[in-house]
Amino acid sequence: MAKARSKAKAKAEVEVELFRKHKDEKKGLWTWQLKEFFQILREDGTLVDERLKPPLRDEELIELYRWMIRARTYDERALALQRQGRIGTYAPLSGQEAAQAGSAYALEPQDWLFPSYREHLAMAMRGLSWVQLLMYWGGLEDGMRIPEGVNVFTVSIPIATQLLHAVGYAWAAKMRGDDVATIVYFGDGGTSEGDFHEALNFAGVFQTPTIFFCQNNQYAISVPRTRQTRAETLAQKAIAYGLEGVQVDGNDIMAVYKVTRWAVEKAHAGGGPTLIEAITYRYGHHTTADDWTRYRSKEEVEEWKQRDPLKRLRLYLEGQGLWDEAQEQRAWEEAKAEVAEAVQEYERIRAQERDVEEIFKYMYAEMPWHLREELEDLRQYLRERARERELEEGEA
Amino acid sequence: MAQLTLVQAVNDGLRTAMRADDRVVLLGEDIGVDGGVFRATEGLLQEFGPDRVIDTPLAESGIVGTAIGMAVYGLRPVAEIQFDGFLPPAFDQIVSHAARIRWRSRGRFHVPLVIRAPYGGGIRALEHHSESPEAYYAHTPGLKVVIPSNPYDTKGLLIASIRDPDPVIFFEPKRLYRAFREEVPEGDYEVPLGKARVARDGSDLTLIAWGSMVPVALQAAEEAEERDGVSVEVIDLRTLVPLDWGTIAQSVEKTGRVVVVQEAPRTGGFASELIALINDKLLLYLEAPVQRVTAPDTVIPLGRMEDYYLPDAGRVLRAIRKAVTF
Ligand SMILES: Cc1ncc(C[n+]2csc(CCOP(=O)(O)OP(=O)(O)O)c2C)c(N)n1
Ligand SMILES: [Mg+2]
Repeated sequence: MAKARSKAKAKAEVEVELFRKHKDEKKGLWTWQLKEFFQILREDGTLVDERLKPPLRDEELIELYRWMIRARTYDERALALQRQGRIGTYAPLSGQEAAQAGSAYALEPQDWLFPSYREHLAMAMRGLSWVQLLMYWGGLEDGMRIPEGVNVFTVSIPIATQLLHAVGYAWAAKMRGDDVATIVYFGDGGTSEGDFHEALNFAGVFQTPTIFFCQNNQYAISVPRTRQTRAETLAQKAIAYGLEGVQVDGNDIMAVYKVTRWAVEKAHAGGGPTLIEAITYRYGHHTTADDWTRYRSKEEVEEWKQRDPLKRLRLYLEGQGLWDEAQEQRAWEEAKAEVAEAVQEYERIRAQERDVEEIFKYMYAEMPWHLREELEDLRQYLRERARERELEEGEA
Repeated sequence: MAQLTLVQAVNDGLRTAMRADDRVVLLGEDIGVDGGVFRATEGLLQEFGPDRVIDTPLAESGIVGTAIGMAVYGLRPVAEIQFDGFLPPAFDQIVSHAARIRWRSRGRFHVPLVIRAPYGGGIRALEHHSESPEAYYAHTPGLKVVIPSNPYDTKGLLIASIRDPDPVIFFEPKRLYRAFREEVPEGDYEVPLGKARVARDGSDLTLIAWGSMVPVALQAAEEAEERDGVSVEVIDLRTLVPLDWGTIAQSVEKTGRVVVVQEAPRTGGFASELIALINDKLLLYLEAPVQRVTAPDTVIPLGRMEDYYLPDAGRVLRAIRKAVTF
């Protein structure tokens, strides 16, 4: 394995040759500025430099584009379901598709993904179904019963807490000599929590194979990125912990893939952790409980929509003669049908009778006496209530 | 007088305290430009400016820890923690420092800090948005724990908490934020800490509740009267620490029967403390064992199963019947 690792390492180094000259040796940071280098695919769908294009086959690029279409379709449908009261509060991802698709696709099959709450696409690409995602957002705990073989951990709502879990998981794999890396997702706001700093520090000290993937979507609910840190970039926070940090255009799927792939290969080659800051934007509300008009201007949102991750890849594919209007339409229709099917299945599950035991069942491996007692008491109460209601209806 | 919801009363209380004392500053996540995720701080940034209504970085330990420093300096900080479930990152600062600085410094320093947080379930929220963690804080010596149940008390208790010389954890029952309106006086008034409220007079049984469980208790009391002819006195604790023992004792000595309702899980909950106190001090007055209605010892379910978890009037009525027919 050591040999395979050093070979992979050598390959990783060749791969990033082109990046290398953009590394600030003094800072140890890959400081690529917006619109300059960290972008590979320009907003008009042309390449900044042909040699930078990641080694993705045409079919792979098309498949990635289809995933982004699916995600946006799912997102719109989930928002509609929330408005109709068919699911609960929902955190939309539209605008962040390339950041998620490009990074999730860069993983090895055996790698594990640790999400926060907005990573619907990254989770789906790793094998979690739309049905399960809808269940989770619809208030059905079974949505987070991750199927065997899907290397995705549960959603973590308390900000930045999952970073430490991802470090520990990767660390354990390293201790056991297993070739497993982890990727953990979080937002710009997450970099202010203590857990972020502790996670980077542990990862650095113990050289865990962990990719810290920050989706800097410019806001933590209403608080702008500039209010989270005085630092010029989030990526540079890596330096203090002895990690490499990279800032990348998060709406450019090629750049995101390339940078993440480099970090993944490095992790597998024993090169330790990396912090990636993907610059992106969420188009919608923070969640359906939020109102973005209170803290962002329409102009700002429109400006970001000009850098849309889907449009950019579509233009590229069209430019290469790989995609046309008919395929475009078909792809959206197929995505709609796929999501509609998931919604139907979700509704079927939602309508099923549920047993109150599920409230109690997963607290411990074995249910202790007091929980059994509480469960029995709840059942007894529900029986009494049902009987009472029957009597009342009988009287009426 | 204005008709206000509970969350508007929070807003009014903050505004009133800030107008009266320029040492009062607010800090928290999304409390400024956004006006708070529940709009509790709506309009305050506009009136008092960014030095007194501070949008902080996303870090609860940072919010509470720096607020402790401000309080020791002589300000009157009011920290907002966005949801009950996000208090844990600040737990260290609260229990290891806010609660102990007076003790540690032998009274030389003290921490006049209020930590506000919406608490409790009933809004079909995501995980960590529906917790009832009052027992952790009531268990911590040095903290006061205040939980209002209506708009009038909310404003008066909040102003009193801000003026209190010691750290106060102020839990706002989020499911009552917009549940009803009530007359709330304009201007300055306090509802003193450590004083319970008799929310309903009765003679057969004492029903003790706080926060979100008060309306549930009142509904159960009405049903007991209507259906069983049982006269239930309802006590709204308002402050858990320090507890208004006098009001409880007076009522229990009269009724001899007690039911305690809490939204939190059973084991180690505040109801347990009340029952122990009543048994210690009033055993000879009791005609029946003290009953409690609590949530089970599980995590609160996500939206769909929530109603099975939260204590409701039916469960309280059942406990009342048990106490009465003992
Ligand atoms: C510890 C903690 N504090 C507060 C919250 C409430 N909250 C949920 S999301 C959020 C903003 C997160 O911003 P960011 O990290 O940038 O992620 P984004 O939602 O933008 O993807 C806040 C404050 C939380 N979930 N956890
Ligand atoms: Mg963000």
